[in-house]
Amino acid sequence: MKLRVLVIIAALVCATQVLAIDNTPPLPDPAMQQRYLGLINEFRCMQCQNETLADSNVGLAADLRLEIHELLSAGKSDEQIRDYLVARYGDFILFKPRLNARTLWLWAAPGVLLLVGLGIAVRILRQRARLPITDDDPPDASPEV
Amino acid sequence: MKRSLWPLGAFALVVVVLAFGIFNAPRNGSKIIVSPLLGKLAPQFTLPKLIDVGQQYGAGALRGGWHLVNVWGTWCGECRAEHDTLLQIKQQGRVPILGIDWKDEDAAAVAWLAQLGNPYETVVADRDGRVAIDWGVYGAPESFLVSPQGIVVEKQTGAMTMDDWRSKFLPHLGALAPAGGKGGA
Repeated sequence: MKLRVLVIIAALVCATQVLAIDNTPPLPDPAMQQRYLGLINEFRCMQCQNETLADSNVGLAADLRLEIHELLSAGKSDEQIRDYLVARYGDFILFKPRLNARTLWLWAAPGVLLLVGLGIAVRILRQRARLPITDDDPPDASPEV
Repeated sequence: MKRSLWPLGAFALVVVVLAFGIFNAPRNGSKIIVSPLLGKLAPQFTLPKLIDVGQQYGAGALRGGWHLVNVWGTWCGECRAEHDTLLQIKQQGRVPILGIDWKDEDAAAVAWLAQLGNPYETVVADRDGRVAIDWGVYGAPESFLVSPQGIVVEKQTGAMTMDDWRSKFLPHLGALAPAGGKGGA
């Protein structure tokens, strides 16, 4: 019985490996492999534009995974690898856009909108606070003028 | 009065933002991405030639004259659609075309050129796609116009038509009459 459970678990483990898209060999250093896994989830597959390099099974994504693999092996930092890919494919390859003059509005918009909303809310609350309190009367009483 | 204008103002703002988005959207769909390579030096590379087997095409070769660099592959349907345009550009004789055969089988590429005609001055084989990464290629066909100083001045992503060639690329090459124009008279 125990053996059967073990066999099933082993089969499930193997099955996920068969399904894996990325067949780049793992890096020898586990910490570096973690960085690799983080990086391939940061970049867009340029051919199938809503997938990450990690999720995509097209040839170019595999090439770029291998490229990242080799850059890591060559001792490049995460930021150097980002620069490397942006220099070739542009900001679009990053799922999380960098903060620069062109993307400033993108980063600032949520904050600005929040401030505008707060401003409107405060104004409305202040106006309400300034209104005389008139509804002390029971609800069905006739309004007095 | 002032209060009643609030929703109208908000609506006008939304209209302005959406109109900006619509009028600035690229015409041939959202897939066109401006290459960061434009205005920069073309990447250096050395690759084996496809037809003159055993020879290398070297780093500094894209200097001293205009070059059109075309990335293609026999597996690429759009490349077949583009092939006639490339043959016409070759006929015009304004600029030599360097073909980068991207992640392809040499035999298939040679057969393709024999069958459809060869528009290229030189074809190099980028078998593992390394050079294509340096050029920021993400979907064949892609074409780059490289100046005599080695600067990438224009790029076409996807199949080039003669209209694209005339409107985007030819103006960079100066006001010389196309072959067969002035020269014939």
